[in-house]
Amino acid sequence: MAQTHRKNRTTALFLFTVAGGMVGLAFASVPLYQLFCQVTGFGGTPRTEDVAAPPAAMTDRTITVRFDANVNPALKWRFRPEQREIRVRAGEPVVAYYKAVNRSAGPLTGTATFNVTPYKAGLYFSKTDCFCFTEQRLAAGETARMGVEFFVDPEIFKDPNTREITTITLSYTFFRATDDDGAGKAKQAEAPGRPAGGLPKG
Amino acid sequence: MANDAAVAAAGHGHHPSGWRRWLFSTNHKDIGTMYIVLSLVSAVVGGLMSFLIRLELMVPGIQFITDFQFYNVLVTGHGFIMVFFVVMPAMIGGFGNWFVPLMIGAPDMAFPRMNNISFWLLAAALVLLLIATFTQGGPGTGWTVYPPLSNADYHPGAAVDLGILSLHLAGASSVLGAINLITTIFNMRAPGMTMHRMPLFCWAILVTAFLLLLAIPVLAGALTMLLTDRNFGTTFFEAAGGGDPALWQHLFWFFGHPEVYIIIIPGFGIVSQVVSTFSRKPIFGYLGMAYAMVFIGFVGFVVWAHHMYTIGLDVDTRAYFVSATLIIAVPTGIKIFSWLATMWGGSIDFRTPMLFALGFIWLFVVGGVTGVALANAGLDIAFHDTYYVVAHFHYVMAISALFAMFAGFYYWIGKMSGRQYPKGLAKLHFWLFFIGVNVLFFPQHFLGIAGMPRRIPDYPDAYAGWNYVSSVGSFITTAATVLFFFIVWRTLTSGDKVPANQWGEGATTLEWTVASPAPFHTHEDLPDMTGEQPAE
Repeated sequence: MAQTHRKNRTTALFLFTVAGGMVGLAFASVPLYQLFCQVTGFGGTPRTEDVAAPPAAMTDRTITVRFDANVNPALKWRFRPEQREIRVRAGEPVVAYYKAVNRSAGPLTGTATFNVTPYKAGLYFSKTDCFCFTEQRLAAGETARMGVEFFVDPEIFKDPNTREITTITLSYTFFRATDDDGAGKAKQAEAPGRPAGGLPKG
Repeated sequence: MANDAAVAAAGHGHHPSGWRRWLFSTNHKDIGTMYIVLSLVSAVVGGLMSFLIRLELMVPGIQFITDFQFYNVLVTGHGFIMVFFVVMPAMIGGFGNWFVPLMIGAPDMAFPRMNNISFWLLAAALVLLLIATFTQGGPGTGWTVYPPLSNADYHPGAAVDLGILSLHLAGASSVLGAINLITTIFNMRAPGMTMHRMPLFCWAILVTAFLLLLAIPVLAGALTMLLTDRNFGTTFFEAAGGGDPALWQHLFWFFGHPEVYIIIIPGFGIVSQVVSTFSRKPIFGYLGMAYAMVFIGFVGFVVWAHHMYTIGLDVDTRAYFVSATLIIAVPTGIKIFSWLATMWGGSIDFRTPMLFALGFIWLFVVGGVTGVALANAGLDIAFHDTYYVVAHFHYVMAISALFAMFAGFYYWIGKMSGRQYPKGLAKLHFWLFFIGVNVLFFPQHFLGIAGMPRRIPDYPDAYAGWNYVSSVGSFITTAATVLFFFIVWRTLTSGDKVPANQWGEGATTLEWTVASPAPFHTHEDLPDMTGEQPAE
């Protein structure tokens, strides 16, 4: 009897730990999901970490990069790429520009999420600098050019899974920053270079 | 040791009465009964909601539900109530509590007081959910509670928050119940009742309890994130703040897919007992049957994204989820085969529980076949959110589970109440219900293939014919349900007394060795099963 009681208590303790661990895993899934997307390029997540320098090796093969822009209706901005597409040599760092106009009567702070399609190209699409790494604030009626510096890793032509790719589409969606109180007091992200957009669609 | 025995003896002599017997109950049979009563009450509410939906959809145009949020609330409430407050309480809390200790030869559950807490948490959860329904328009999110629909922009007010808290309580109840059942099954089997001699119903409950233990905490975590997103400015599911609404879908379905097995696996257990009893043969392929359920439980955790083919998964991911999902057809095929093989050459007795078990097999096969179709990402992108999906899951888990519950009810009501159900009326109930649900749900396949979307209160005239038929089916089903409640009343008030084993030589499990109705305390002297044949 007493022995069964002890055994029951041990079993229950173990099972409670398992249940608690699963709650922990649910919360851990948030950073894990982000890490997983960044490491594997899952869901077209471009590489943004450890890509400060483009590879020395450059090729003559080119690839077309197309630009896409979207704005969430809560942010009264016009947001367009300055160029529909450009042809780039793999390995060559390129700067492309978007144009944003604040169409509202007050200052607004926006933050952009991003990804590339086809998704499998995410692993070879590296951003060295981007307006999407920080929040962007525009005064009423202000127009801004926003730059993104990137390169396509030449390895993309060696990977049998990706070598048939001829076009990569880089897409942004601007949202109103959650800390934007509408009075233009939104603070700039403290650490430039850190992805403020974070957690792209996966 | 002697001291322990004395304390135990004193405790067992205790037989509370009046409201204390129920409110403070620590007796697995009383708690099981309360679960079944709660399930019956919820079934009336959840069933009425679906009846209102079918009335609205009977003919094209808007009939009487002019507030479309109310329609959404009906759809949501029907789903929540049927899943969390009808099927789970009846199968796991009701039959699980009643018959797991009886079948494995244990005097009670491992933690009787925790058992009491589990039940009353669930009762509180039901009250919270009903309050949510009447709060500020109610939660109209569907049972999947997807953001952004469920976030503060589209559901301001407390309704969704109350719904979330209700699910938290129901979840806590289920996890406590699961821990109790697992501990009981692992540690409290009678001498000689090895795991491989345990009746398949106990195996089914064991697998279900593990699924609950692993899946429910993930739902609790996701719900907590949603709650803080709604109220405290976090952005787990908000793209503007760096979150992702698709993360909710991943977390929800990581819980949600095992959940559908949580609903149906206890049904597998009940049907195995019933088919074996009324074929007067041990179940064919006992070990295969037990481990098929274990396998279904495992694979159930790695197929969740087949609910999410349309969110933009890449082709390799979809290929994986298609294959993993199709693999589940193997263990379920083993189960269907073994039930048929048990009946093959058996001396089949078509009593009401057996009729419901056969009905279950038919419905589950129909739902399984449409499931194999839906598992294919290519087809599913067309069928996603159409009535084809509605027809599929009602066949494979909703009415299948109901048939298993009715099979269990008619099989065990003699043991629980000591009385015989009216046999003729019970058969009438089976046929009415069987015809009713098939007329109700089979045409929904046609509507789905024709493209009728789910969760919309109106439809073009092209869908009028089969919707009318479907609603006629719901009238028949409602009539059958009224008949069922009449049968319950007749059984309890004027049923004949039944002997300890009312089913004869086919019923070999331990619950048939105790008197009917089962006395307040059973198996106080543990039955000795050493040297017995494997159960079933």
